[in-house]
Amino acid sequence: MSSKVSSSDIAVAVRGLSKAYFLAHQEKQTTIREAMVQKARNPFGKAARETFWALKDVEFDIARGDVVGIIGRNGAGKSTLLKILSNITRPTRGYVDLFGRVGSLLEVGTGFHLELTGRENIFLNGAILGMRKREIERQFDAIVDFSGVEKFLDTPVKRYSSGMFVRLAFAVAAHLNPDILIIDEVLAVGDAEFQKKCLGKMQDVAQEQGRTVLFVSHNEAAVRRLCKSAIYLKSGQVDFIGTPEQAFAAYRAQRSESGFDPSNRRHSSGKMQLNNAYLSVDGIATNELVSGIKPVLTLEVEVKESFKFYPEVMMRDANALPLLFSPLGLSSGLHYRLPPGEHALSFELNWPVMAAGRYSMDLALAELAYGFYDYLEEALAFVISPSTNPITGWQFEQSRAQGSVLLEMKELSIVPRPGAPSPVR
Amino acid sequence: MNAHTIQNDAPQRPYLRVQPDTGWLALNLKEIWRFRDLLSTLATRDVKLRYRQTALGVIWVILQPLLGAGILTFVFNTLLKAPTGGVPPFVFSFAGMLAFTLFSSILTKASTSLVQNAQMISKVFFPRLILPLSVTFSSFLDLAVGLVVMALLLLFYGIMPGFGLLLLPLWMFFITLLALGGGLFFGALMVSYRDVQYVVPVLMSLLTFASPIAYSVSLVISRLPMASRPFYFLFNPFASLLEAFRWSIIGRGDVQWGYVAFAALVSVAIFIVGALAFKSMEGKFADVI
Repeated sequence: MSSKVSSSDIAVAVRGLSKAYFLAHQEKQTTIREAMVQKARNPFGKAARETFWALKDVEFDIARGDVVGIIGRNGAGKSTLLKILSNITRPTRGYVDLFGRVGSLLEVGTGFHLELTGRENIFLNGAILGMRKREIERQFDAIVDFSGVEKFLDTPVKRYSSGMFVRLAFAVAAHLNPDILIIDEVLAVGDAEFQKKCLGKMQDVAQEQGRTVLFVSHNEAAVRRLCKSAIYLKSGQVDFIGTPEQAFAAYRAQRSESGFDPSNRRHSSGKMQLNNAYLSVDGIATNELVSGIKPVLTLEVEVKESFKFYPEVMMRDANALPLLFSPLGLSSGLHYRLPPGEHALSFELNWPVMAAGRYSMDLALAELAYGFYDYLEEALAFVISPSTNPITGWQFEQSRAQGSVLLEMKELSIVPRPGAPSPVR
Repeated sequence: MNAHTIQNDAPQRPYLRVQPDTGWLALNLKEIWRFRDLLSTLATRDVKLRYRQTALGVIWVILQPLLGAGILTFVFNTLLKAPTGGVPPFVFSFAGMLAFTLFSSILTKASTSLVQNAQMISKVFFPRLILPLSVTFSSFLDLAVGLVVMALLLLFYGIMPGFGLLLLPLWMFFITLLALGGGLFFGALMVSYRDVQYVVPVLMSLLTFASPIAYSVSLVISRLPMASRPFYFLFNPFASLLEAFRWSIIGRGDVQWGYVAFAALVSVAIFIVGALAFKSMEGKFADVI
């Protein structure tokens, strides 16, 4: 593990970097009256504050021309790190030295204005990203070409489809020419074809132009393809630096056997707590499922104060994009009020056929309509392994970018033409 | 220095060091200069967007001060019979309105510029001062259009401005400083406390009446007891600048030069205080906005 490199060709040096956020802890006020009562009792009192270290003593060096992936789960501090590297926010302790002009792309299309035309937005967005006007003019044709929206250049972007919007926005950003490029998860948007184009462009940027790239992603394939090394962040600290393969191995190894991990971002009221969760098939707990099999989800809940709650499940795909959502209270009116103590709740997951690949689940104990007693992001991770269609030999996999959920179609009829929809009688 | 030392201290100077707030208070003008294209692009965006999807478009630039001056003329001169020293009341209040519009539009827009561009602040780095600075441009453009209308009014009424006209840019400068100082202060404060966005309009409507737009300063002063007269100028430095601005245009009016000088000093002071307040809160913008 070599976290330090020869100082003459360093592009980024991070030393003792820490960032604290102060979270105000307030009794939640659900009505204006309650809020006023509390304000009246304690008009000038500050709410109790808790210090939360989003980053703690992070240190690493990045050599000039390296492409480095930053991985870690939601709440691990990736976004905070990128914001500090981009000079958007300052650290609480420590510092970052940047040897070269930095361009960062934390969001596609920041500052895009819906009322402005595509052409106007290219200049606006370019300027916001730190490009000089002359630079944008010089690259204008290349930007338009890359985006593929030349026909709509003088149309306000509010009339664009979301795909066109993203293309144009990425096209501007792709022609930003900094020495150090910082990119956050932007490839999670756009269609597969365009994603491929973006990855290709990033590869060019790194290889041919010798730029340093820092790249946050959940997309293992993309990180492996683009990056020489990867940094695995865990709970605000550097857990591992090495090859992408090793980093992802470390990332996966953090989970317990059952796939449950309570160390992610959590919003908890303290009234109820999710102590454990696991999937099982035929009564055997596992985090490796086979496509097409419907498992049982068990939640181990510790009730401290008895309140009415309902469980909520949100499933994410390998890119951490939300895929399936089950708000039991809202969709089926299902709710519980359990006496204080520990309880295990089991549910059959009646999900459609899922593509093979990695998945995770956000688990929540929701308060009816108001919020959460406990919410754990990416609490449960599991793998669905491919099952081969016995007849065609086809395998449904996330990595093919054909989607993650199988759409089943039933044949209704086959009628010879001309027999278009039969007229209404 | 040996380039091959494997050490923490880098041999070359970093292009940029991101570190905790050092309490360094100078305005980073070099950085603003580096981002001058962003400044001009945002200023143009502001102008382009303002009258899109409006039926009357640019006519509003002329209509707004005309209507404002008309209302004030009606209230103060027609109903309350405030004297204007022989100047046609509408010309008198229109000149006042131009100064007031410059002041209030810069202050109001500068103070909301940060919150309105919250997304940009949390996702991109650029000198934050660019946002409040960029909005002044469209206010100047409005003033330019207003001054053309003013010239037509002067022609129509046969009023000749004197050499005082040459001093007009000076008053514009101090009014801008004063408005920007307030705008920077309120804008920075609004990032943490959205309450400010309700306070600013109230302050502005108070100032509409507390400033000598449709009446002359001497009218207010004559109603006040001698001992309390300086307080009017003390608490409303804008009043003296407005009076001087109008004097430059219509060549008449009783300008109290001592108070104008005082107001100019206050403008500079308020700008500095506003800029320092902005600078000291700037570091937290991205975290709290």
